[in-house]
Amino acid sequence: MTAIDVAAPASDADTGARTSALGRLLVIGIPYAWMAFFFLVPFLIVVKISFSETAIAIPPYTPVFDFAVDGIAGTIAKLGELSLATYEFLTTDSLYWRSYLSSVWIAGTSTVITLAIGYPLAYGMARCPREWRPMLLMMVILPFWTSFLIRVYAWIGILSREGLLNKLLISIGLVDPAQPLVILSTTTAVYIGIVYSYLPFMVLPLYASLEKLDETLLEAAADLGCTPWRAFWQVTFPLSLPGVIAGCFLVFIPAVGEFVIPDLLGGSETLMIGKTLWTEFFNNRDWPVASAVAVILLLILVIPIVLFQNQQAKAQETGR
Amino acid sequence: MSKQAIGPIRRSFAPWDDPAAKPLIEYRGVTKRFGDFVAVENLDLKIYTREFFALLGPSGCGKTTLMRMLAGFEDPTQGDVILDGKSVVGVPPYRRPVNMMFQSYALFPHMNVEQNIGFGLKQDGMSKADIAVRVAEMLKLVKLEPFAKRKPHQLSGGQRQRVALARSLAKRPKVLLLDEPLGALDKKLRQETQFELMDLQQELGMTFLVVTHDQEEAMTVADRIAVMDKGKIIQVATPSEIYEQPNSRYVASFIGDVNMFEGKTVPTADGITRIECGALGMAIESEGSHKPAAGEAAWFAVRPEKVRLTSDAPPDAAGVNAVPGEVWDIAYLGDMSIFHVKLANGQVMTATRANISRIVDKPIGWDDKVWLSWDRNAGVVLQG
Repeated sequence: MTAIDVAAPASDADTGARTSALGRLLVIGIPYAWMAFFFLVPFLIVVKISFSETAIAIPPYTPVFDFAVDGIAGTIAKLGELSLATYEFLTTDSLYWRSYLSSVWIAGTSTVITLAIGYPLAYGMARCPREWRPMLLMMVILPFWTSFLIRVYAWIGILSREGLLNKLLISIGLVDPAQPLVILSTTTAVYIGIVYSYLPFMVLPLYASLEKLDETLLEAAADLGCTPWRAFWQVTFPLSLPGVIAGCFLVFIPAVGEFVIPDLLGGSETLMIGKTLWTEFFNNRDWPVASAVAVILLLILVIPIVLFQNQQAKAQETGR
Repeated sequence: MSKQAIGPIRRSFAPWDDPAAKPLIEYRGVTKRFGDFVAVENLDLKIYTREFFALLGPSGCGKTTLMRMLAGFEDPTQGDVILDGKSVVGVPPYRRPVNMMFQSYALFPHMNVEQNIGFGLKQDGMSKADIAVRVAEMLKLVKLEPFAKRKPHQLSGGQRQRVALARSLAKRPKVLLLDEPLGALDKKLRQETQFELMDLQQELGMTFLVVTHDQEEAMTVADRIAVMDKGKIIQVATPSEIYEQPNSRYVASFIGDVNMFEGKTVPTADGITRIECGALGMAIESEGSHKPAAGEAAWFAVRPEKVRLTSDAPPDAAGVNAVPGEVWDIAYLGDMSIFHVKLANGQVMTATRANISRIVDKPIGWDDKVWLSWDRNAGVVLQG
């Protein structure tokens, strides 16, 4: 082959690479721009508010930056008024750290329960005849077609004192009609709500990782003297770990900041940070404290998110 | 025909000729159905200790099903599978003293080479120290010592094949099952590995059962070959018998190249079968164990390398085992040349010639009129 032969397609490929690089930049740029405008900028505003102080005004905090009025010099002067006072306040009242701790605990426990229910579900789906799988998958996704809020409301009807569950248990004589089960407005109801709502987020990644498991690996394990039970723990489970980790994060992260479920199903004793935040914002109209609570929640969640991404990157690297 | 030597004899090992020998593996009237599909039909087969046995056939012929019934992944619909004197029907795979090397290798992706090889030993509850010793032994056997800590995805195809082999050998099974063991390797590596497998089998004194669709592979490695078609065994014999004495058109054409003629048997003296091929004005005379009744239609097969190619009519032939034709195609392969010769009835016959000297006096070229002839013992009368 001559040098020209080589050079011609190479320069072709070069221009091709340049246009495709531009195209790639555009494709990547759009979601980044979206995130910057609709996530980063609002978040920076929240951060700024968290460093402000409450005031009886509109908006209910001070200082308020207004470039048109203050100009650059005035804005810089106002920066000096920002303080860490709200963060100091968060440490003085045990309500906040108890809320965080309780949220993490409730989310963590719910994640474990969701895993315990979701794994057999996903395993059964991945092992059943191929022609059934799309239908079963559909049934997992189907609840999303109804509003999340309505589905949580429906649980009130099921769990209340005169609800469907109590009626059923009374009719079959398991529960004394004079003393129906009290589930609604307890933390138990919150667990039920979270597990129910987030189950698909656990099942789908688990199913994806179990479905691509090569069944000859299980045959190989059996061939080498492994009983089905041991084969599950030595082959199936370790190979489904990426799905387990993905599912756990997809449940845990949104569950920590959950507001609707504890608000509708939980009682006054259920402490969750989402509810605390709501109270600060709407009942106390304390925007700086509410903002500080949100910022710290985000910092707490960044840790598992970073772990999650590391794990994903590692999984990509090994091609599994 | 008496038991005369045909082809090279590898060693004096032929328990299948000894009526007193007890088979290690026996399939008795085994049938396996998947719904309406009959994968294996009323099949009998005996395999002996230390034998290297090959199941050969096209895909879908039931050879893999036959092997999987021995491994325990399938149970026969009817019949019995006996291993070492005991029926294994219904025994789960994890309680059978056989190990399998899978076609896809089925290496555990989350374990390194060492852990993969030691997996079966761990299941047996062997101590860690003993496992380490055995694994080291296996790594040495398959020459993979430097790769002990690698994961399967960091190995080449040939290396993975060796890990799979080591893993299935580690438990020292009574029978090693190999499902298309070399299918994923390139040709050169495949040939090397074939010889390594033979050496390994001799060294370990184990019984190997290999499933393959590659006739060359089966011929190279096996003591005996069972040629299968549509769930049935067509012929079981040593590689040389399969090649030199195929019992049917199917076996003759599945293994190697062959020229076949159809004709009618006519009465002859003892030991000779005479077939008249009316369309070619030729008679075929053959010595052989199979002698169809006079008047029956019969098929005769002769291998290309046993056909003589001459410019002149062979003397004394008188239309027996000799036929004229015209050279249609020549393929020069270096070590030999392949001639395609068109006969009077349009049938194309193949003959090969070893290129034993560099310069040929009267070379045979395209469109030349030639004669093809062969000896009485060159071909074989087929049974079906």
